[in-house]
Formats: sequence, structure tokens, C-alpha cells
Amino acid sequence: MPIAPRLRLGDVHPGDPLPDLAYDVTATTVVLGALATRDWRPMHHDQDFAQQRNGVRDIFLNTPNQAAWFERYLTDWTGPHGRLARMRFRMNDSVFPGDRMLFRARVEKVAQDANGCGWVEVAVTLSVGERLCTECQARIALPADAAHNPWKLEGNRWRP
Amino acid sequence: MSEELGELPEAVKAWIGQRLYQQVGEFDVERGYVLTSCASVENGNPLFWDEKAASEITGGWIAPPSMLSVWFRPHHWAPQRSGASQPLQIHFDLKQALDLPEAIMTENTIVFHQPVRPGDRLETCQVLRSISPPKRTKLGLGRFWVIDVEYLNQHGKPVGTESYTGFGYRRAV
Repeated sequence: MPIAPRLRLGDVHPGDPLPDLAYDVTATTVVLGALATRDWRPMHHDQDFAQQRNGVRDIFLNTPNQAAWFERYLTDWTGPHGRLARMRFRMNDSVFPGDRMLFRARVEKVAQDANGCGWVEVAVTLSVGERLCTECQARIALPADAAHNPWKLEGNRWRP
Repeated sequence: MSEELGELPEAVKAWIGQRLYQQVGEFDVERGYVLTSCASVENGNPLFWDEKAASEITGGWIAPPSMLSVWFRPHHWAPQRSGASQPLQIHFDLKQALDLPEAIMTENTIVFHQPVRPGDRLETCQVLRSISPPKRTKLGLGRFWVIDVEYLNQHGKPVGTESYTGFGYRRAV
């Protein structure tokens, strides 16, 4: 039996919140993320370097690992049929060991294109306490119905 | 303020709009690294862990779209390499050319095209889009710049583009 989409376009409406994700960051989280993204720069594993050269309090999550966190957060919601098309994020502050990351999001737009593909635009925030660390805008393709699979779209039928 | 950083050198201005550092990845996209990435963020998407789901939904294994830049980050060391090899080399060229010893990334936009699959060998190039006038932030005095990175697979099909905004600076005293 085919795997049914977890989320379809008709399930989503502007203003809908996504489920929150909270995660306690440790030094291991930061170093694991840096290594998983092949980022060997010392501010992501060397506390002395981060403090003395970057002027921050500790090692901090790197950019591509934050992208991986946003992807995970968004596809936890959509399920595997959700196809990420575009992500734009802006880092206002860093995420350090000892921080509790809180991912929150809300659906901003819902649409369907001429190829029958469903599109949702989502605004995501990554906060630590009162600090808004990163803001992310994402565009994701969703199945419009049980027969549609955004992953099958190629060439100019895929409109990210 | 501009006196403190000096004028933008003509040689640096000439980099704007050029397709630089065209290169083929040092290694094939591989599934072991996909799982390492998923583990780092506890990503349980079945596309990366369940062969049946991957086969049915994406026609086989794929890599997480957000891993695009990972496939071009060089090994920390390699034989016969003289000097350190840096990803996003233009970013480091700008730091050196503009005498801005510290730098961070402040904004990143990624557009995803064809899925990247294990066994792919990707190609890339970097394009410097702009450099700002001198700016002072809480980190120090410096300049913002925007760099685009284009990615293609071995069939010449686009798999994604990234746009980075970096801030190179001298620390506030």
C-alpha cells in the first residue's frame, strides 16, 4: 500500500501555527553540528577562540547546521511528501551551549500552481528565552491530493 | 567613518559579478554523511532512513536539501595540498583584501532544485554580488557583502543556489 501524505494542501490555512520544538543545546550539539556540516572553523569547537577572537561567550551553532535544524523542524510537520523549495534565514544572535532553542512557526500563505502543486509559506523563529536568534522564511511544496507528489516535479514544472 | 576603512580597492570591485572558484566537489555525495547530518539534528524523516519510503516518494535515496554546501567543504587536511583550503573562498579573500580580520554570516537564502542523490558529484561556482559601504554594528566596524553560490550535478542540472550575506569587521575596542 502506498505511503499516504501526512499533510496535504487542504489541511493547511493561513495563520495556522506549527507545533513548537524545544531543544536543549550542549557543547556536543554545537560540535556535532559543525562536524556534520564539515565546518572545521574553530569558533564552532574551540571556546577560547570564540571568546577571544569572535568576542562571544562560547562556541555557537554554525549557519549550515541551523539550516539543517530548520529543515528538520519543517519536515517534522509536513512529513516526507513535503518538499522544501526555498529557505531564507537571518541570524540576529548566536545559539550557545546551555541555551534552550525554541522553534515556532506560523503559516503565512497557501496557494496552488498551474501544475497542481500546493505551496505553503511559513515564518519560523528560533528563540532562546527573550532572544530572537534567527528568523526563517520557508516555501514548501505539499501534495494537493493523494495522487500528487511534489518530488516528481522536474524542470520548469518545479517552481521554487 | 569611511576614512577608517579606506576606499574599496579597484581590484576588489572588479570581482563583483565574476564567476569565480568554479570547482568539482572533492568527493561523491554519500549516504553515511547524510545520516551523520540527520543525527546531528535528530531528523527522522523516513526519506533518509527508510528505503521503501525513499524508493516510493523520491525514487531512491536523496540527501537532505539543506546539505548543499556540505558537499563542497574541503577536508581539514589532504596530502599534497599546500596551505589551508577554505569553503566559500571569496568570503576569505574579502577579509584579507579589505583587512577585516573577523567575519560572520548574517543571512542565508537557499533555493532547492533537483534532489541531490548519493553518488552525485556536484559542481559549484561563487559570484560576489555586492559590497556595502562601511557600517558599524555592535561587533565592530566593517562591511557587508553578498555572495551567491551556484550548484549543479554531474549532468549539468541545477540542484540549488545559495546566497550568503557576510559581515567582515574589526572588533569594537
